Amino acid sequence: MAIAPGVLLTQVALAKPADQPVSSANRWGMLIDTNKCAKGCDACVRGCETENGWGTNETRSAENQTAQWIRKVELRDKSTGFAQSLPLMCQHCEHPPCVDVCPTGASFKRADGIVLVDKHICIGCRYCMMACPYKARSFIHEDLQDQLPVAPRGKGTVESCTLCVHRVDKDGDNALPACAEACNSEGHEAFVFGDLNNPDSRISQELAKHGGTQIRADLGLNVGIRYRGI
Amino acid sequence: MAVMVRKLRSLLLLVGMILSGLPLTAQSGTPLPEVPEATTRFSATQGCVEPTAEMRKNHMKMILHKRDQTMHEGIRTPQHSLEECINCHVPDDDSGKIVRIDSKEHFCNSCHSYAGVSIDCFQCHADRPVKDIRTRSTAAAVNSSVAVRALWPAWPSRRAYF
Repeated sequence: MAIAPGVLLTQVALAKPADQPVSSANRWGMLIDTNKCAKGCDACVRGCETENGWGTNETRSAENQTAQWIRKVELRDKSTGFAQSLPLMCQHCEHPPCVDVCPTGASFKRADGIVLVDKHICIGCRYCMMACPYKARSFIHEDLQDQLPVAPRGKGTVESCTLCVHRVDKDGDNALPACAEACNSEGHEAFVFGDLNNPDSRISQELAKHGGTQIRADLGLNVGIRYRGI
Repeated sequence: MAVMVRKLRSLLLLVGMILSGLPLTAQSGTPLPEVPEATTRFSATQGCVEPTAEMRKNHMKMILHKRDQTMHEGIRTPQHSLEECINCHVPDDDSGKIVRIDSKEHFCNSCHSYAGVSIDCFQCHADRPVKDIRTRSTAAAVNSSVAVRALWPAWPSRRAYF
């Protein structure tokens, strides 16, 4: 926001220098407009699979036990018949229950609000999966091959959406998680990614103008993924 | 008598070694691992991120430290990153040669198999430079499933326990 030529009231957020740690100055989040989310379209799910290498390399696990970092959920109001769909993934809570229950410290929240699993520490107990109200986490039951460098994954550990943390670390405010990118390339543009702490970011401005809903706001988790239209 | 038996035994051992084709230590020296050359340099001025002797001795400490920095603090610089080790030291699939972690030609395994040190990094991490899972050849996928299964045997079936 410029108040005079060359004088900025607030600094435009830039990507952090690569050698600096993430800080709580940022809180990354996403706003998903369910009115733009097309029923039957799963581009975001496919985009996430391609980016993070899940969905193809579990060959021996039962279908209901394979990893699912992001899923499409169909909602239908029984009284009116109004149907809508939305993508559901890790909601990157400010007070994540998965972190509360983790006995080893593997499930943790980064300073910038992204909730991750440190698989080096994870013992595969799956308490986090039980604690998560959004069913966002998956457990890997079998030896995997052909993982991608950006998303190491392996048997005996729990995993979930990382908010494409490798992209966020690289590009900061200009990053676009793979789900959002895939949605954009389908022309739906249902996702807005950005910094909830920065009042000038597009996500903050959209939330200030039109508001947003947290799924299960009653739990008081203050999630980073907000929805509009539900 | 005992001396004669001992002499005979050592003679037999020598003949046995020659017949079996084992290299005689005195002739060929200590066998050393054949460590493949890196495919690229880290930068124009540096071959590797640290001097070779330092890397040989302390690479595990460096990648462990970097691992925690990357995971918890989001520091993803190339220095000491496992991904960059692989990018320089293991040939890309596009080079026409697919080298997996179970191969003696894989940089990490060339030494670790020699030293008898088993590592589990590559149960999760990519063992070769990869950009997109979908761009891989089918041959690579077939090779890998056979090779990795041999390297990390599956748990015995449930029946074996009961």
